[in-house]
Amino acid sequence: MRVESERTMNFRGKNLSRPFVVALAAMTLAGCAAAPSRVDPFEPVNRAAYQFNDAIDTAVVRPAVQAYVDVVPLPIRTGVSNFYNNIEDLFSAFNGLLQGKPDKAGHDLGRVILNTGFGLGGIFDLASEMGIERGNEDFGQTFGVWGAAQGPYLFIPFLGPTTVRDGTGLLVRLSVGPISYIHNVRLRNGVYVMNAVDLRAQALGAGAMVETAALDRYLFIRNAYLQRRRFLVYDGKPPPETEE
Amino acid sequence: MLAIHSTVWRRAARALMAAALVVNTPLALAQEMPDAMVKRVTQDIVATIKSDPAIQAGNQARIRDVLEAKLLPNFDFMRMTGLAVGKNWRSATPEQQTRLTDEFRALLVRTYSGALNQYRNETIDFKPLKMNAADTEVTVRTAVLKPGGAPIQIDYSMEKKTDAWKCYDVIVAGVSLVTNYRDEFNEQVKNGGIDGLIKTLADRNRGVAAK
Repeated sequence: MRVESERTMNFRGKNLSRPFVVALAAMTLAGCAAAPSRVDPFEPVNRAAYQFNDAIDTAVVRPAVQAYVDVVPLPIRTGVSNFYNNIEDLFSAFNGLLQGKPDKAGHDLGRVILNTGFGLGGIFDLASEMGIERGNEDFGQTFGVWGAAQGPYLFIPFLGPTTVRDGTGLLVRLSVGPISYIHNVRLRNGVYVMNAVDLRAQALGAGAMVETAALDRYLFIRNAYLQRRRFLVYDGKPPPETEE
Repeated sequence: MLAIHSTVWRRAARALMAAALVVNTPLALAQEMPDAMVKRVTQDIVATIKSDPAIQAGNQARIRDVLEAKLLPNFDFMRMTGLAVGKNWRSATPEQQTRLTDEFRALLVRTYSGALNQYRNETIDFKPLKMNAADTEVTVRTAVLKPGGAPIQIDYSMEKKTDAWKCYDVIVAGVSLVTNYRDEFNEQVKNGGIDGLIKTLADRNRGVAAK
């Protein structure tokens, strides 16, 4: 179940100012010090943000993304996904290194070299065809592996579910490009928007499922997100949680 | 003549019984291993989905028939519901526990039968099982491989019962389909008690929208 990708809506990228980054970093540290007993101390604000996001998504984003899926043939959409995935694979390799997993990093870097060199800059995912599976390391997980607490859960408009730790990771990720290095403003914004559309399109099925499954969609998404992130930090083998 | 007859019959009967014992003993003594069971059930359902045009066309009633017949008998829904409800489970009466289980089962079936007809070209990778002979709880690990997509890990938590292994949790890409409900259920119980939770589940199953 893919609720929201951890790198959802990169298009806000460079608009985030440096003070905001510093403030979030400070919140991370505060989160570590205070060790909050509850995962979601800002629930009222988060719920408001969720309602806002849901309204915009229903009215504008989802219909637009559905149109994209209906109009653009699957092979082209797959090429778009592959192109962005290839960029994330590079960062997965880098984060593998930061987490002290050189074999994982080498695996991911191998994918990037293969797909960039022989897959038209990442449009074709030759590595997956050859059975080399994608990695999924990111900065949020790296901070987790380093021992940073996840901090309070946050629901950010246009971005979706995150935590202080993962949000900080996302800011680090956005601050290093590579899309931000495109000089032509219109092209750069186009590349960001396409990235967001691609990610939302991949989550269309999951959204329909949450609709049926959840009693309270906010809580359902929150728990799924937190479980998923914990699973990723432990590389798919999380220790069992204590049963209440 | 009669004597010969009865001897022949007795011998034949004994031979038959011996044959039956030889054939049946391995099955009767060694329960099907949990990984073998997951593989058998999964492959059976996949084969049915692929070969049934009604399911491919999205016939929900047909999908549910298949699930009721082949999949659901392998689950321990009582334990699943207890896990989802968490600490409030013990304060529920046996009647409430039964009703909760029925409603939760219906919710899960409704949710995941909707996803099944999307099955197309995925292949399923069954990971080798790590277990000791004395284990009564194991995790069976599988991964769904989609052409052009990242593999999705699906783990089944299994418990050994007297007759067979039963599944009590499914963990998709790290998200437990069961414990994911715990906060939602706690909230319902806090606001309306166990009966409030039963009513909310029943309403959802009758098609009343979530908030």
